[in-house]
Amino acid sequence: MPGDQRINNRLVFGTLFVSFIFYSAYVYTAGTEAAHLPQMSEEASRGQHVFQKYNCVACHQFYGLGGYMGPDLTNVISKYGAAGETVAATFIASGTATMPNLGLDPTEVQDVVAYLSFVNQTGTYPPKNYEVTWYGTVRQEDDPQ
Amino acid sequence: MIARDRDLVGLNFIRLGMLSLGVGMFFGVIGGFQFLFPEFLRELLFTKTRPIHVSMVVSWIFLVAIGGIYFYLPRQQKLKLWSPNAARIHFWVFIVTGLAILFSYLTGQFGGREYFEFPAALSIPIFLTWILFGVNYFNTVRQQKGPWPVYYWMWGTGVVFFFITFCEAYLWLIPYFRESMVREIIVQWKSYGALTGSWNMLVYGTAIYVATRIAGNQDAARSKMAYSLYFLGLFNLIFGWAHHTYLVPSQTWIRLFAYAVSMTELFILGKILWDWRSSLSEYQKNRHCNAYRFMFAADIWVFINLVLALIISVPAFNLITHGTHITVAHAMGSTIGINSMILLSSVFYIIREELPQNVHASCSKQVMTGFWVANISLAVFFLALVMAGLGRGLYDGASFQEMATQIRPFMMVFAVSGITLMLGFWVVLWNAFRLIGEIITPVSSEQTQPELA
Repeated sequence: MPGDQRINNRLVFGTLFVSFIFYSAYVYTAGTEAAHLPQMSEEASRGQHVFQKYNCVACHQFYGLGGYMGPDLTNVISKYGAAGETVAATFIASGTATMPNLGLDPTEVQDVVAYLSFVNQTGTYPPKNYEVTWYGTVRQEDDPQ
Repeated sequence: MIARDRDLVGLNFIRLGMLSLGVGMFFGVIGGFQFLFPEFLRELLFTKTRPIHVSMVVSWIFLVAIGGIYFYLPRQQKLKLWSPNAARIHFWVFIVTGLAILFSYLTGQFGGREYFEFPAALSIPIFLTWILFGVNYFNTVRQQKGPWPVYYWMWGTGVVFFFITFCEAYLWLIPYFRESMVREIIVQWKSYGALTGSWNMLVYGTAIYVATRIAGNQDAARSKMAYSLYFLGLFNLIFGWAHHTYLVPSQTWIRLFAYAVSMTELFILGKILWDWRSSLSEYQKNRHCNAYRFMFAADIWVFINLVLALIISVPAFNLITHGTHITVAHAMGSTIGINSMILLSSVFYIIREELPQNVHASCSKQVMTGFWVANISLAVFFLALVMAGLGRGLYDGASFQEMATQIRPFMMVFAVSGITLMLGFWVVLWNAFRLIGEIITPVSSEQTQPELA
């Protein structure tokens, strides 16, 4: 019956749409709650803005998401140990063989380094300690408990 | 056949889309070589060429899908467009906004997030004209008597969910989202995943429309199976996005859920297209030669991408493939192999219907050559990316440069096959652009007598 079909379609669509709203609300709140993480400092917040201003994501990634021309920057600060911030600042200020010197002023460089330090504290990528289950999922050290 | 003025806006959208793809691929080729030789065109940094390429090829998908809807509804479905003026405003605002975005990229004025790197203010006209498009679409299809065919549902879903997910992509403007790294990334990729699903709804709706029209079988678009598969696709759009963020620390069940539902959408389309093709008679196949050929190619790419999508949606494999060129292979395979082939099928279907007297409109050597060059190049391009991705994913050293050197031969193949891919597409696009032009401005009958292909 065409009329029944129309009602059924609307009902299914409506159910899925309402599910979408509730699911989105969950993802925006408890699903992405990371209470153990530090607050973003003002300096890091400015660094986030500078990162956008120069479109750094065209070449770099966080958590494997972004462009592939340059390395992932999630843990670039801890990669170089105690000298991490200094090394990152040097790379940003001078450029490398593949990355141009984008002409950031010293304050912008420090802000980006603060942002990278903040990102570094949010988790580990790629995960170092993880467990693969028999059905193909991965449990990793940074998962919220 | 002379197109009526009210139908022209759809054809103009389609021509603009073809232009956008032609130029976007050129910037893609430049970007491919910059990847290998960072000194190449240093004045035009990769930070500029990448967003230009991405924006223009994504615009191709939207413009041709939208153009098809604006054309099919009044011209073939005999539904009077609710407001032809709103469609014209939509078209011109898109052009002006597109030019402003290009200008912002070329002059290095960024301010947005990945894929929407332009200053956030430029999203306002896109947002407003999308509302206009939505109002126009729903008021037009309301005239349809009886239950909607599945492609009306799909187009409507694409319109609604693009609007929602486009807004969601800008939640980073609110400090609550921006200041939490995990929340920001998850919400950003939730929106991108669903946004891709929304344009797939527009494109797959077009595929089903064209397929049922060619087969002359409207029942297929009203069957319970068609509606069931559409709702499964919608379910996927809503819940399947988290395969992008398996490795970002978030609630485990979000990932588990996404794992369970991900990537069934390609299977859905493959089944519908497969059923459609088997019902075609030889005559129908020949009559719509180009349209059939591109739809057939999309069918093949659906299955290739399905295999890859299923593999990378398993979290254990995703651990290796995430953040590598395999993700790019999947994106390119889907947007070029599936979306673009379907949209070209739609374009050639329109051409064949509107220019029945023009043999070139159905089959021509040039289009066939372009078709094969593009598809063979895409296969090489796709394989090169998969190999480069495996090289990156399986590399266990600590040096990015060492890894980049190891995968360089594959990236070289990728860049070179990108050139032939572009040339193949250019040949097809040029012919389609010219023929659509003939629909808009009919030429004398002497000029439309071609030699047989």
